[in-house]
Amino acid sequence: GLAVTIDDDLYDELEEVLITSDVGYETSVDIIERLKKKVRTEHISDVALLKDAMRDVLAEYMESEEPFDTTGPMVILVIGVNGVGKTTSIGKLAHKYRADGKKVILAAADTFRAAAIDQLEIWAKRAGVEIVKHQEGSDPAAVVFDAVQAFKARKADVLICDTAGRLHNKKNLMNELEKINRVIDREIGDARKYSMIVLDGTTGQNAIVQAREFKSVTNLDGIILTKLDGTAKGGVVFSIKQTLDLPVLYIGVGEGIDDLQEFDPKAFAQVVI
Amino acid sequence: MAFDGLAERLQETFKKLRGKGKLTEKDIKDAMREVRLALLEADVNFKVVKSFVAKVSEKAMGTEVLESLTPGQQVVKIVHDELAALMGGAEAKLNFDPSITVFMLVGLQGAGKTTMAGKLALYLRKRNRKPLLAACDIYRPAAIKQLQVVGKQIDIPVFTLGDKTNPVDIAKAAMEHARKEGRDVVILDTAGRLHIDEALMLELKNIKAAVNPREILLVVDSMTGQDAVNVAENFNTILDISGVIVTKLDGDTRGGAALSIREVTGKPIKFSGTGEKMSDIEVFHPERMAGRILGM
Ligand SMILES: Nc1nc2c(ncn2[C@@H]2O[C@H](COP(=O)(O)OP(=O)(O)OP(=O)(O)O)[C@@H](O)[C@H]2O)c(=O)[nH]1
Ligand SMILES: Nc1nc2c(ncn2[C@@H]2O[C@H](COP(=O)(O)OP(=O)(O)OP(=O)(O)O)[C@@H](O)[C@H]2O)c(=O)[nH]1
Ligand SMILES: [K+]
Ligand SMILES: [Mg+2]
Ligand SMILES: [Mg+2]
Repeated sequence: GLAVTIDDDLYDELEEVLITSDVGYETSVDIIERLKKKVRTEHISDVALLKDAMRDVLAEYMESEEPFDTTGPMVILVIGVNGVGKTTSIGKLAHKYRADGKKVILAAADTFRAAAIDQLEIWAKRAGVEIVKHQEGSDPAAVVFDAVQAFKARKADVLICDTAGRLHNKKNLMNELEKINRVIDREIGDARKYSMIVLDGTTGQNAIVQAREFKSVTNLDGIILTKLDGTAKGGVVFSIKQTLDLPVLYIGVGEGIDDLQEFDPKAFAQVVI
Repeated sequence: MAFDGLAERLQETFKKLRGKGKLTEKDIKDAMREVRLALLEADVNFKVVKSFVAKVSEKAMGTEVLESLTPGQQVVKIVHDELAALMGGAEAKLNFDPSITVFMLVGLQGAGKTTMAGKLALYLRKRNRKPLLAACDIYRPAAIKQLQVVGKQIDIPVFTLGDKTNPVDIAKAAMEHARKEGRDVVILDTAGRLHIDEALMLELKNIKAAVNPREILLVVDSMTGQDAVNVAENFNTILDISGVIVTKLDGDTRGGAALSIREVTGKPIKFSGTGEKMSDIEVFHPERMAGRILGM
């Protein structure tokens, strides 16, 4: 923008930036309101400083109180709709935790999609971690059951469960997920469980419904936001943070094993604006 | 949200007007605000929404609406019809070559290309064609295996040279293979890639130059947001695509990306994917999509 004073046109421009980043209309309006308040209370009059103020507002929006705790044994259930990057993110996470000195096991509980098990196996090999798998077409809850037993018996630090992509409006598939979730809760012992939803950074407003519906089945702990290496901004997570209080934990920035980063609200704000 | 689709929204907007008699231009302005919000919520691109609303406003200001007893319905009808027209009124067909026809599927990662390759193959065989699937994704872990499993499910041959040969040569060899085996359509499954990845976009250009596909179909996830236009514009500029396929319409997304893509590329949407099964493919219906975007 070439605006020289902070006026409605300038705020409209900023609102446009938010909407084109998939922030969504209502949340965009809310963010702009917060910005206006900040401008008033901090007596900001210089256009050059408005961008920084906006970044502060955005970062505050995404900040969460408790940092994600990865100490002690934990089981991570990774879920989400089709093709968002679950299996790839699991490969990257396995690599990351292993580099942190943890013993990691993967569970190939997507027994449905063509060659899903082969795909996870390749990632397990790349990351140098173990995998528990059954045949294609077998019961995913049984895979998870076996994997949790292996996790306990081998005294592993992290078990990460891959699941088949499923649309949140498919009742039977969501019931299957509920069953997998129950098996983990029942078998896990003293370990902590985390459910992470993977959201595709190119997804628009439907991501809100995805988060809400998956949360109602497995009580989500956080988001892995993928494919931020393109031109999409993934701004829908602002709405999700606001409505569901669900933090982003990791972001995916490519197809390589190192292309996973811990979420940083300030850096994210800079990407949006 | 109190009300969901555009129809409910406009009803709500116009409710307060009952008994007030005729509509004013201000009432129409308020209605257009609702139209704008509904489209944005459906993920129609910001710029596309702007120009669309301007166009619709003009029509809605006409006397038929202003003097109508059911202005809400009138406005919805105008919006719906304009959307459907914008999305391409009639259904778009696939084109074939007299000898071997090549279809190339391209798109972002995870859009549904490999699945759609299988669906298309099955669709074509049901129409007495003899398709061959060609595995040109040498990058994604187990991509070739995935296509082989898909091919086996529907009993359609899959051509592969493994993941050590470059995709241009694989495509050429697939043509040779099709000729020898008497297959008349070759469907190229390519790796997912970002529209800004120069090296990989060049690879697609080279495949195109090598085997001259009759259809280059951009496969797009119907849940895509505002970025859909950037993706479609780049793929279209570099490859001059012949059409679009939208996937995962069995979800509950409004699917505004479809409209945005149609608008910025001018290329027709030819098919939709409506599930994970090989039979979950439908010829695209612009009318239905218009209704869906508006929540009707
Ligand atoms: N550019 C980019 N591509 C990614 C990223 N994460 C995953 N992908 C790609 O997205 C595609 C789908 O990834 P998968 O990991 O198979 O996704 P999924 O959610 O497991 O898919 P389903 O199991 O089929 O539901 C693959 O081509 C991945 O390489 C990312 O951060 N950036
Ligand atoms: N529900 C639903 N899922 C679909 C549809 N089309 C594809 N999928 C699923 O989406 C995921 C990704 O599909 P793929 O065919 O692997 O996508 P791709 O574009 O080949 O992915 P890459 O090769 O990694 O770029 C898989 O889980 C598919 O089963 C559809 O129409 N509906
Ligand atoms: K996607
Ligand atoms: Mg997967
Ligand atoms: Mg593929």
